[in-house]
Amino acid sequence: MGFPGVDFYGIDEMLSEDERAVRDLVREFVDEEVLPIIEECAYEGRFPKELVPKMAAMNLYGPTIPEYGLPGLNNVAYGLITQELERGDSGLRSFVSVQSSLVMFPIYKYGSQEQKDRWIPALAKGEAIGCFGLTEPDFGSNPNGMRTVAKKDGDDWILNGAKAWITNGSIADVAVVWAKVGGSDGPIRGFLVEKGMKGFTAPEHRMKMSLRASVTSQLAFEDVRLPGANMLPGVEGIKGPLSCLTQARYGISWGGIGSAMATYQCALDYAKSRKQFKDRPIASHQMVQAKLAFMITEITKGQLLALRLGRMKDAGTMTPNHVSMAKRNNVWVARECAKLAREILGANGIVGEYPVFRHLANIESVFTYEGTHDIHTLILGQAVTGIPSYNPPME
Amino acid sequence: MNHVVCIAYVPDTDTKIKVGASGTSIDEAGVKWIVSPYDEYALEAALRAKEAKGGTVTVLTYGPAAAETGLRDGLARGADEAVRIASEGVGEADSLAVATLLAAQIKTMKADVVWLGNKGVGTDAQLVVPMLGELLDLPHVTLVTELDWKDGSVVAHREIEGATEIVEAPLPVVIGAQKSKAEPRYASLKGIMAAKKKQIAVKKPADLGVDIASMSGANAAVVWTKLELPAARQAVKLVPADDPAKAAEELLRLLREEAKVL
Repeated sequence: MGFPGVDFYGIDEMLSEDERAVRDLVREFVDEEVLPIIEECAYEGRFPKELVPKMAAMNLYGPTIPEYGLPGLNNVAYGLITQELERGDSGLRSFVSVQSSLVMFPIYKYGSQEQKDRWIPALAKGEAIGCFGLTEPDFGSNPNGMRTVAKKDGDDWILNGAKAWITNGSIADVAVVWAKVGGSDGPIRGFLVEKGMKGFTAPEHRMKMSLRASVTSQLAFEDVRLPGANMLPGVEGIKGPLSCLTQARYGISWGGIGSAMATYQCALDYAKSRKQFKDRPIASHQMVQAKLAFMITEITKGQLLALRLGRMKDAGTMTPNHVSMAKRNNVWVARECAKLAREILGANGIVGEYPVFRHLANIESVFTYEGTHDIHTLILGQAVTGIPSYNPPME
Repeated sequence: MNHVVCIAYVPDTDTKIKVGASGTSIDEAGVKWIVSPYDEYALEAALRAKEAKGGTVTVLTYGPAAAETGLRDGLARGADEAVRIASEGVGEADSLAVATLLAAQIKTMKADVVWLGNKGVGTDAQLVVPMLGELLDLPHVTLVTELDWKDGSVVAHREIEGATEIVEAPLPVVIGAQKSKAEPRYASLKGIMAAKKKQIAVKKPADLGVDIASMSGANAAVVWTKLELPAARQAVKLVPADDPAKAAEELLRLLREEAKVL
């Protein structure tokens, strides 16, 4: 039986026919192609590479781009895609977010015509996989402190440094890498580093307990020689990578709702069928009902937040502060729902017969990446008081 | 090469069927409708043929306006045109009535191959493919899993009991598609957007010169007299197997005396 959807407030009526059609297509794909295999993928720590061409054929990579044969969807439709993918698995959604928002977006927006013509079609078809290198082993919330440096050598650039926690790192054909130009005080620029370049390696993070169905790697650059044409010409400074993160965080705001829908639906079904005490379903117990009521209420609020955010993004009125609120809230909702679902499922909540523990483990990563929950709290604090409580990087 | 793919919009195979108030049809409340899965294989085969050899693919259905969702899905997967024969105002139509309407429409088109699923998963009658062949005066091949193209003919692989039968038929031909290795594709997002802009042609039975009243409802060749659900399954009897020898004896006794199958 396919996923029936979670829609307590008739939010479907606020979506256009197209948006629903996009959502339903990805929903069906997740039900038929992702859910039957994802539990084992996560258990084995395997990225389901076999899904890459299928998702490409459906135009799931870079779907908001209106050129290169891509559908040019609006942002609400894009959000619904990430929602459904994350209902499947946060790792799979991460793969698509990185490909679309962190690789295709900067190449499309800041790349030269040659860079676009070479990479956008290949990335759209899934013939090339991309990754995004900003975070470093010692610089997470404060990317401005990065140590990766590119120095000019004739027409070329020589890249040195290391990146960490990079989704798709070791399977990527192209890495969008942010580095300081000249030295530690230089401006930040983006570079396209290609697989196989001398001095470029991508060892995977080992013993990962979360996002096990996606690849997370370090990137190491040791005197990597880049042609001058591999620098992204269209942007300089921290606003380059931050504008990419705004795109990805936007998708995560919807993704969190997808994860919450999955754990809520599982807990609801389980509570209605599991019987204890006088052969009554545990859904008849007040404490279980309280948990379900909390979950559906928070999911509904999160849906409205995400939808309004999408409408603002399409209208051009969305700011990074708006994204911070939705990312912070909706991933928190997913985390709380995963915990409550685990409680409702009891011992069954820890086994892979149900999707709950996988989502619970996954959401710990999502809670921290793309701006930690706490950093988004401080961004909101600054937005309403006008006083920065720390020295945040600004787009 | 021009392909016409006839699709039926049927209750989702996951549906819990309930008998309607009339007792002769199902209760359609809450039923999710889908394109019959065998028709999806037919469409996939037609799309692959078009991609390999050129031509067009038209999806055709008989049904209510809601069935246009199935046609849109066909367009989103890559069909070029879509036609709906409107069922509004028509009484219960049996296989012959549906085949007559489809044949009347197909006669107005230039079709080299007419595709259908080998059966619709709605009533499972498996009648429309051969009926359509007869009404169009074309050869038909059922249970087709694979098709090779020759000049002016097709070589079809038929799935038969424990073997594959290979037959050749001249074009034009009516093909009943069986489940095959060519898995139906998902629509693309680009396809969904493009499909939305396409016009679906709607034809009434009268537009096709078919006097549908004379062959539907009470005048249909096949009339549903009663629809009932299979009897609910009885509880399973478990024979405790603490002592295997005793359990086997008890099982034999039950099979002889209660089930009376030995």
